[in-house]
Amino acid sequence: MSISDHKQKLYLLLILVVTALVIAIIQMNYRQPEPNLALEELRIRYAKVPKPPVDHSKFPELDRMFTTPQEVTEACISCHNERHNEVMESNHWNWERISYIEGRGIHALGKRNALNNYCISVAGNEVACAKCHTGFGLNSVEDFNFMDPTNVDCLSCHDNSEEYIKGSGSAGFPAEGVDLTAVAKSVGRPIISNCGTCHFYGGGGNNVKHGDLEEALYSADRELDVHMAVTGLNMSCVDCHTAENHQIKGKMYSVSSENVNRLFCEDCHTNTPHLSEMLNIHGARVSCQTCHIPTYAKENPTKLTWKWSDAGMLENGDPYEVDDSTGQHTYLSIKGSFEWGSDLVPEYVWFNGKAQHYLLGDKVDTTAGPVQVNKLLGSHEDPNSKIVPVKVHRGDQIFDTEYLTLIQPKLYGEAVGDSAYWQDFDWSTAAEAGMREVGLPYSGKHTFIETEMYWPINHMVAPATGALQCQDCHTRNDGRLQNLTGFYIPGRDRNHFLDSFGNWLILLTVFGVMIHGSLRIVTHIRSEKDLEMTHYKDFDDEEDQKI
Amino acid sequence: MKKIKKYKRFERFWHWGQAALILFLAVTGFEVHDSIHIFGFEKAVMFHRYAAYALLLLIGLAIFWHFTTDEWRNYIPTLKNIRAQLRYYTVGMFRNEPHPTLHGRWQKLNPLQIFTYLAFKILIVPIVVLSGLLYMFHKTINANDVVIISDIDLSVIAAWHTFGAFILVAFIILHVYMTTTGDRPTSNIRAMVTGYEELETKSDESEDETPSEPKAEVIATEGGEL
Repeated sequence: MSISDHKQKLYLLLILVVTALVIAIIQMNYRQPEPNLALEELRIRYAKVPKPPVDHSKFPELDRMFTTPQEVTEACISCHNERHNEVMESNHWNWERISYIEGRGIHALGKRNALNNYCISVAGNEVACAKCHTGFGLNSVEDFNFMDPTNVDCLSCHDNSEEYIKGSGSAGFPAEGVDLTAVAKSVGRPIISNCGTCHFYGGGGNNVKHGDLEEALYSADRELDVHMAVTGLNMSCVDCHTAENHQIKGKMYSVSSENVNRLFCEDCHTNTPHLSEMLNIHGARVSCQTCHIPTYAKENPTKLTWKWSDAGMLENGDPYEVDDSTGQHTYLSIKGSFEWGSDLVPEYVWFNGKAQHYLLGDKVDTTAGPVQVNKLLGSHEDPNSKIVPVKVHRGDQIFDTEYLTLIQPKLYGEAVGDSAYWQDFDWSTAAEAGMREVGLPYSGKHTFIETEMYWPINHMVAPATGALQCQDCHTRNDGRLQNLTGFYIPGRDRNHFLDSFGNWLILLTVFGVMIHGSLRIVTHIRSEKDLEMTHYKDFDDEEDQKI
Repeated sequence: MKKIKKYKRFERFWHWGQAALILFLAVTGFEVHDSIHIFGFEKAVMFHRYAAYALLLLIGLAIFWHFTTDEWRNYIPTLKNIRAQLRYYTVGMFRNEPHPTLHGRWQKLNPLQIFTYLAFKILIVPIVVLSGLLYMFHKTINANDVVIISDIDLSVIAAWHTFGAFILVAFIILHVYMTTTGDRPTSNIRAMVTGYEELETKSDESEDETPSEPKAEVIATEGGEL
């Protein structure tokens, strides 16, 4: 037998041998996919709870009776003899920072001159605002001595006893009955409650302002916040919001314009945190928060709208309130009407880290839609912009129809007749008093104008298993990014002309093929019939002829 | 009737491999386009990429094969007989007229097929492949963890890629239909599977056309290679 007779068998053998070899090579080179080591390193690093090098309860300097909080600060400064200077350079202390603002140049910007969409502004209302804001004796920004270090409130950030409470309407002084000695002995690295006391309750209640910062973070589970989960890493605010010389990293864009000293997920996670290259590439234009914070206000509701124009309704001359079934105010005579929401899908915007703010005295373009209290800058054309999730707070505010400026009303007052709106319910006198306070004119004529404010969502990060999936954005209808247009997202966008061209092309091809095919079938059948009939006809004719 | 070996082993492997890959790419591609839903977007993207790499490999092999075997000569365009071929598809076919162009070892394609497949090879496939590569490498991260973004607008790349995909789908529909226009409706497909085609008994002519081929290539029996 020659080789060619066995050719088929040889081929078969060759194929089998090659296949076996390929499988063997793949098997030998197979490695278990590596775990995400970067994430493991972070887990190990944050599993260790830092132990303070000193125990303040053992210092004799603190083992005494303190009658005023300033005495505590003096005791702090006696050892930490430069720290107060750092605090006094911070925006927590100054209520403003010097920024370069696009279109404005170098400008002081902060709560002194920027408005927000909730209680509008601090001017004239400091006594109430100082419940949170740093400093003792803050009766007004104008009169406050920003150079006096004894007014620095060290305890508000460093109390670890959770017993230090600032009084309501007491200009930044602690509430009555706080044991200053016990509190002073407890001091240490800030814990969640030091930040949370203020940042969770901004706007007058839990989760009112941010939507992603609230008291549920004191006892979060992994689903609520994967970083701060008490059953998980149990991280505190300052683990991420680190500070050098009391300049704390990461800032809110309600009062910040510049793209400096920001805090990024990438700072810990690098900008290639995924095992999947495809996901890492997305990091070029999509912020981590977009996919990893699919919803906010997960536990408790947040305030979504605030209509100041509804304020002032009274029952029998007295202010009243209306609550919804969950106990949230939906109407307050002193503030107006509100809408709340929980477990919300964020809105999405392009953001490059810079923002513009409505500052007291700015003229309003009444034709440009709602006033943008803090316009986040960025676009898909700007390579430094990323898509970020935001809570958009919508409302209306009192507005001077002659000078075209938003009005800073005086809200808080001690007694009736103080021209404070919350006492007198008279917009005109409140507006006049408030504008006098900030040194701006008031024409005497006012109305209400719609306003919008943006709150980037950065907290309440879900575990990876809860992150958005591809089709949440890559879909034709109702994707998460449906409202961000002008750029191409595969699966969402299409060239409509090209699509209809393609559909017609396929349709016409199928149609043409069907026509051609049926014609062939018809002519084929007819020709066979013709043949049959011709045969008989011929036969008959011959018969006829023969006959 | 005589059987000639028309399509070589690699040619058939290439043809069917390419057909399977293009169909799979069309399915996954139109899923990425959100026209159909089978695997889910994420898997569709992944499968589409794997199939694309497989197709690139196959195309590379096929180009090599075409030049090493001189098969590229089959695609030299000619206007000769083109009118007759057009007449056959529009008129002659309905009158049971014979094919105007005979297929042989070195003339596999009729003049219309030459133009169609040439366009397929040097226009359609490059459009789809190049736009596909641009699509795949539109954004990337370099060694320094810095993301590099291409300046070409993704919508333009995607439009060219989608355009190519539509042409390919139309091509496949037409191509599959045209396989039924052989001596019998299945004879062309049978030839692409087995490699052998039954020629109408004009063996002299067919051998005249392939003077350089050894006679062993013309086998009159049912058996033979797969």
